Amino acid sequence: MLYGSAALGTSILLKACTTETEGSSEESTEESTEESTETSSSGDTIKVGILHSLSGTMAISETTVVDAEKLAIKEINESGGVLGKQIEVVVEDGNSDWPTFAEKAAKLIDQDKVATVFGCWTSASRKAVLDVFESKDHMLWYPVQYEGQECSKNIFYTGAAPNQQIEPAVDWLLENKGKKFFLVGSDYVFPRTANTIIKEQLKANGGELVGEDYLPLGNTEVTPIITKIQAALPDGGVIFNSLNGDSNVAFFKQLQGAGLAPDKYPVMSVSVAEEEVRQIGPEFLKGHYAAWNYFQTVESPENEKWVKDFKAEYGEDRVTNDPMEAAYIMVYLWKQAVEKAGTADDLEKVRAAAIGQEFDAPEGKVTMNANHHISKTVRIGEIREDGMFDIVWSTDGPIDPLPWNQFVPETKGYGCDWSDTAKGGKYKIES
Amino acid sequence: MLQLFFGLFNGISIGSVLLIAALGLAVVFGLMGVINLAHGELMMLGAYTTFVVQNIFKMLGDPWFGAYIFVALPVAFIVAALVGLALERGVIRFLYGRPLETLLATWGVSLILRQFVRSVNGVLAIGLVVFCLLFFGAWVLLSRRLDWQKIRNGVLTILVFLSTGIATVTGFLLSGQKALAKPWFSARNVDVTAPAWLRGGLPLGNFQIPYARIFIIILTIACIVGLYLFFNRSNWGLRIRAVTQNRQMSACLGIPTNQVDALTFALGSGLAGIAGVAITLLGSVGPNTGQNYIVDTFMVVVVGGVGNLLGSIIAAMAIGTVTYLVGSGTIALLFSQNSALQGIFDFFTFFADSSMAKVMVFALIITFLQFKPAGIFPQKGRTAEL
Repeated sequence: MLYGSAALGTSILLKACTTETEGSSEESTEESTEESTETSSSGDTIKVGILHSLSGTMAISETTVVDAEKLAIKEINESGGVLGKQIEVVVEDGNSDWPTFAEKAAKLIDQDKVATVFGCWTSASRKAVLDVFESKDHMLWYPVQYEGQECSKNIFYTGAAPNQQIEPAVDWLLENKGKKFFLVGSDYVFPRTANTIIKEQLKANGGELVGEDYLPLGNTEVTPIITKIQAALPDGGVIFNSLNGDSNVAFFKQLQGAGLAPDKYPVMSVSVAEEEVRQIGPEFLKGHYAAWNYFQTVESPENEKWVKDFKAEYGEDRVTNDPMEAAYIMVYLWKQAVEKAGTADDLEKVRAAAIGQEFDAPEGKVTMNANHHISKTVRIGEIREDGMFDIVWSTDGPIDPLPWNQFVPETKGYGCDWSDTAKGGKYKIES
Repeated sequence: MLQLFFGLFNGISIGSVLLIAALGLAVVFGLMGVINLAHGELMMLGAYTTFVVQNIFKMLGDPWFGAYIFVALPVAFIVAALVGLALERGVIRFLYGRPLETLLATWGVSLILRQFVRSVNGVLAIGLVVFCLLFFGAWVLLSRRLDWQKIRNGVLTILVFLSTGIATVTGFLLSGQKALAKPWFSARNVDVTAPAWLRGGLPLGNFQIPYARIFIIILTIACIVGLYLFFNRSNWGLRIRAVTQNRQMSACLGIPTNQVDALTFALGSGLAGIAGVAITLLGSVGPNTGQNYIVDTFMVVVVGGVGNLLGSIIAAMAIGTVTYLVGSGTIALLFSQNSALQGIFDFFTFFADSSMAKVMVFALIITFLQFKPAGIFPQKGRTAEL
């Protein structure tokens, strides 16, 4: 509390010196959202917030997403901005700490009076800021594939819902790689929820679950897991991997050491993209699979241009991946929504305008649905020696998102529709 | 039979990773009583040294690349030992006998080291070198003056600000250079690849024993034997043991306790560096690598009994084997035949998962420490009363 008020004091002081263009209604901390948004685009700029971890464990991943967002904003500014105004970015560091995320979100909304916020990576950080955005009735754009089972009026999700990544991957494995599944995941909300979904799906589609294991985040001892896999799958089978972060490195290094090769034990990962492949080392990953909506090797003129622009901006040795692409998309979708609404301040109008927006993204055409998630193409890639992916399978076109999972009994038959006030975040679909 | 052998091997191999990580701490915490929370970061420095050595050998080409690990081991030992030495001389020696302050200070050092590898670049390195040259150079020069003792505090204060200023300005001037301003490692994990001959495994029936595990077990044994010989057959080993047992008496007998402290700490840090090389074979290398091991290493030393290497060895093996047997479900399998023991079977199946196995190991350790608060081998004699 003390810290909070001190920070507030400092920033008001700073503001007094710097923000002459901004109007003068800043001193009170009790402003309602309407008031605060009025100032977000006054003057000749529109302020937006970027809220990611620039330090701490998650910084490795989240800084790449910030790069993609900044690139999109730079492109938009160079081509004339939004509604004739330049976008001004306020970057805040969530420090891989969930309460900090909530604090910084409130700061962006109340003090900086941004028009919208692009941010978060882990589900834990999103859950932490969810209350802030809902109570202040503001707007967050979230770029990462996640476990679903959430549909907020105040969040737009541009990463995959489970039915756009996990479920097609499981179906593909059942068809091509075998019926016996072993599930490995880190011990937190995403892998646990994802595996609940997979288990229900296996039950429904004739697969068999032979075992599962959860590794505490950051743990690198996977020998017991490998033993369990060997005992449960003596003749080979599918390993479904939702490990996150450092544990992946240990898992793949030790898997290879124990002689579990991809021809008998193919691993399907949902958190390993180009960036992670580089850090783990492609020599440990070659022949394994990953499911995403976007790979750097997607062949399309949009993607070619994007990869080229990205490398020109940040260096030849950089790679692009799925969350970065989703982050890039969401800035453009927001811009289109603002232009259609004719205002960046009236969030009700922007939200309504966002639904139905289409964008020719590097991954292919994406569309914002009434449930605040986007339709995306699903792809499965096999890891090559050079650390890139060979796309071995993809859906014919974009798949519509289902935030409420249809395999899990508690949410089966539910949908989400924000274009209709009677329906809202969770309603029973009439069959 | 094969199953049993394999179980035992896996238990020992988990134990040996724990042990090699804890050996340095057993020396530093066990013999000197210093709670060194930066121990994990010294391991991390060892791992980064491996990364650098690997990259140098990559340039040399193929037949040489396979041998990089043998160069990495001594280099990592030296790097970690030197950093440890600087840490002891610069921070810890002022804090002997004040465990709480040591804990906080070394925690701070660990944060600094982590942030250092994230942000170190040419500019920062040059700035540091400039600062050290100016500050310590001037210190050495000025300390020749006769009135040095009188002006010491004032001069040092001025020097700190002056050197910092000059170093900062140098850094600022250089920061335009793209090549220099590029971070060496950045916050990302780096990819350390084991040489090809360490990547496969020894086929044995249906299983395969990873070469990397065998290598770590051999390395651990070598370190223990080396430590044993050093402590029991060399003069400095004798001195270290004497100081551990009775500091005042050793000082009276002419043992330079200051030097002994510095050497012991450097030795412990060097062992952390070697552990850093070993863990690159198994896990990731990044700024946070050390954090994954620090709790386990303290656990081993505390369970083993502070001040006793044999205790640490037994504790590491016991913890490793229990972790493995519970986590892999082997214990649960033992009870699966007999339906009368269904309850026990369910109990162990519940714990047969990496997260839950860890819970159980910690619960066992807490129970164990209730009965033997000083570990497997409690310290006897005078030092025990301190």
